[in-house]
Amino acid sequence: MSQPFAKLPAWADYGLLPLINLIVAFFVAGLVVLLVGESPIDAAVLMVKGAFGSGDGVGYTLYYATNFIFTGLCVAVAFHCGLFNIGGEGQAYIGGLGVAVIGLGLGNILPWWITFPLAIIASGLVGALWALIPAWLQAKRGSHVVITTIMFNFIAASIMVYLLVGYLKASGTQAPETRVFGDGGQLPGLGWMLSLIGLNMRSAPLNISFLLALVAAFLVWVLIWRTKLGYEIRTMGYSPKAARYAGIGEVRIIVITMMISGALAGMMALNPIMGAQHRVQLDFVAGAGFVGIAVALMGRSHPAGIVLAAILFGMLYQGGAEIAFDMPNISRDMIVIIQGLVILFAGALEHMFRPTLLRVLQRLARTKRQSTPAVAAEGGQ
Amino acid sequence: MAEPAIELVGIDKRFGAVHANRDIHLRVEKGTIHGIIGENGAGKSTLMSILYGFYQADNGEIRINGAPVRISDPNAAIGLGIGMVHQHFMLVENFTVLENVMLGVEGAPLLKRGIAKARAELKRLEQEYQLDVDPDALIEELPVGLQQRVEILKALYRGADILVLDEPTGVLTPAEADHLFRILEQLKAQGKTIVLITHKLREIMAVTDNVSVMRQGAVVATRKTAETTVEELAELMVGRRVLLRVQKGEAKPGEVKLSVENLTVRDSRGVVMVDNASFTVRAGEIVGIAGVAGNGQSQLIETVAGIRTAVSGRVLLDGQVIDITGAADPGELRDRGLAHVPEDRHHMGLVLAFEEYENSILGYHDDPLYLNGPFLDIDAIKADARKKIEKYDIRPSDPRLKTANFSGGNQQKIVLAREIERDPGVLIIGQPTRGVDVGAIEFIHKRIIEMRDAGKAVLLVSVELDEIRSLSDRILVMFAGRIVGERDADASEGELGLLMAGVENQEAAE
Repeated sequence: MSQPFAKLPAWADYGLLPLINLIVAFFVAGLVVLLVGESPIDAAVLMVKGAFGSGDGVGYTLYYATNFIFTGLCVAVAFHCGLFNIGGEGQAYIGGLGVAVIGLGLGNILPWWITFPLAIIASGLVGALWALIPAWLQAKRGSHVVITTIMFNFIAASIMVYLLVGYLKASGTQAPETRVFGDGGQLPGLGWMLSLIGLNMRSAPLNISFLLALVAAFLVWVLIWRTKLGYEIRTMGYSPKAARYAGIGEVRIIVITMMISGALAGMMALNPIMGAQHRVQLDFVAGAGFVGIAVALMGRSHPAGIVLAAILFGMLYQGGAEIAFDMPNISRDMIVIIQGLVILFAGALEHMFRPTLLRVLQRLARTKRQSTPAVAAEGGQ
Repeated sequence: MAEPAIELVGIDKRFGAVHANRDIHLRVEKGTIHGIIGENGAGKSTLMSILYGFYQADNGEIRINGAPVRISDPNAAIGLGIGMVHQHFMLVENFTVLENVMLGVEGAPLLKRGIAKARAELKRLEQEYQLDVDPDALIEELPVGLQQRVEILKALYRGADILVLDEPTGVLTPAEADHLFRILEQLKAQGKTIVLITHKLREIMAVTDNVSVMRQGAVVATRKTAETTVEELAELMVGRRVLLRVQKGEAKPGEVKLSVENLTVRDSRGVVMVDNASFTVRAGEIVGIAGVAGNGQSQLIETVAGIRTAVSGRVLLDGQVIDITGAADPGELRDRGLAHVPEDRHHMGLVLAFEEYENSILGYHDDPLYLNGPFLDIDAIKADARKKIEKYDIRPSDPRLKTANFSGGNQQKIVLAREIERDPGVLIIGQPTRGVDVGAIEFIHKRIIEMRDAGKAVLLVSVELDEIRSLSDRILVMFAGRIVGERDADASEGELGLLMAGVENQEAAE
């Protein structure tokens, strides 16, 4: 028997299993909340209310989700090629340079609907180039992309500090950040969209790059499952030997995939820079590159799953902030613990309940089979 | 009548929807060699895994020497005197024979006494069963036949009275296999009980006393070997009559299609795998490369197919040079009419995680037929896949099914359909029927002969000597990377066997 264990049906694999993981994560997180002397139920209510209960709550949740969609897609595209791109953080950070060039250079001259496409290209390009070096080292020299992309995160962070402090800082200020972009460097918000469903976004920074993220998710789906390039990427990801056999150039596919991945991370910079702060600040990525790994894991590297997982993490960020604000015993770090638990159960331990679930489903199937004398299940031939 | 050594009563085992063993009753008498034969997936390995404690049966009872037992893990099996020789050896390559034999039963934290004891015991076993192996030789330096002997010694050292051998001859030359059978006879003479699992009918006839045939998880018949025939066993295995010999006419060789000249290939560690090999394949003939696995056949065909690079030599396809030293692109070779059914179906010929239709274009995904600009033309691909499924009787006939869920035979048909339907001038095919059920073997062999009769050049590599002999028009034998001989299709098995063992000059061997 080459495959002794049957697979889970799709609905259980993509629906039930993540749900169980999530419930367990929240349950353990609830224990943590209980431990510090607060009511887990109140905390849960606070979190959901904070994230979805008001116009600006929704605005913030989706604003965070925008970042996570981009970085989640970045990780997922590389996953499909069998590459683990941990460099989303650095690629997004350095991608901010592309946005800065457009925002600072053209923001005072051109309207947003011209600067926006230019900034998409610029940020994507810079992110892609930042991923190119690790990709090249992996493809040509076999240097593991996990190691190199991590190191490139640090290099990116150092370069950005150097540039922000030394060159990009507005003259006469103390803060390591650029000047505020002109009107053309500022993206329109999506208040009109929320007002369609009767919500008032107020000052929440949700902006048009959320729509760009959704378009990007769709395009990634098209790329991976509907194009020849995507076919080649998946072949390489599942089986490098099969790719070789099929005449798919390893170097070419690794480099192209990593550049697409880097470009997606780079575009993340649009959201906080052009969409919210209208300037480049120190550490504007704020860990979104790493959250992208959890988002991609939880979303099973599928764009639809990534969008949902990104919104979940957006909720954790926004709702978590509300909890920290309202519950004196729960500090900001506590929220990080809760987020970490979700990542642990939904991401790292996503297969923990799989064997049990499989057994339970099998037992259910068997009792059903016994009650109805059906034809014996027969494989193959 | 004495108690049987092993008695299985109503063993039943399911894996999900797969009913791997169904209500199995089996008696293995003491001091006999009992064969278990069946196609791949018939449940032989599952049954033996249950006996050895890897799996637990859902239902049923195991009796050893008449007493009901529970075998919860391999240690329990060893305690009951059951030893297992696995198809893939469980040896530590860079340990000596002695170290491997005593691994896990060292006795004390300090090895000195254990070593002395093991050495004495090994000597005794050697004398008793004529199982001579140098106890201080490193495993990696031993030929495969001797490594297998170490596995047998390991089992005996642990006090095995019942020895289970899972497909033991798959990696052996015919001569080594004969030697193994003599050892088994010897063990039987000493009162050991032996269970031999195989899918080779000839071996069953050669050594066993009794044989049980498994099909679709059930034991369908048990016979005394002396009272049955190969034909009857084959029919029991498949459930219908099978043609064991391939029917084919005379070859009509035409012009040279593929020509290999002084080809030398090294592996990634720099070891010479193919050593100055030269041969040609003509249109309308099948050239078979015989050899024990690991003598460079794989590297040879992978180089010709553009997957590996060579150190030196030339390969010509239709008189045109193939770039084998740089980046010969398998895609380009396909365009030039060279199709390749790789040996490693699971990792190279197919992407198991893909749906069937996605695999039906692997390597040909550049063809505009399957594309709309940069996009895959999914409808066209599926329609094409459906045509192939019908023509090659691939089951289940669902292009959306994950490839991993097809049986070995059907997976191979997916690869064959893809490669043959492109109507290539040259077909390279490695291990066409490895892990393939008897019914599909017949089909695959017919296709290969059809290719030849259609005037294609076929280069065939197989470790199954029977397959090489029945399909090939000319036979090349590879040993240690070199082509050590060329024989006609009617060469005797013994002659080829000697060549495969590296004995080049037949007179010298006699």
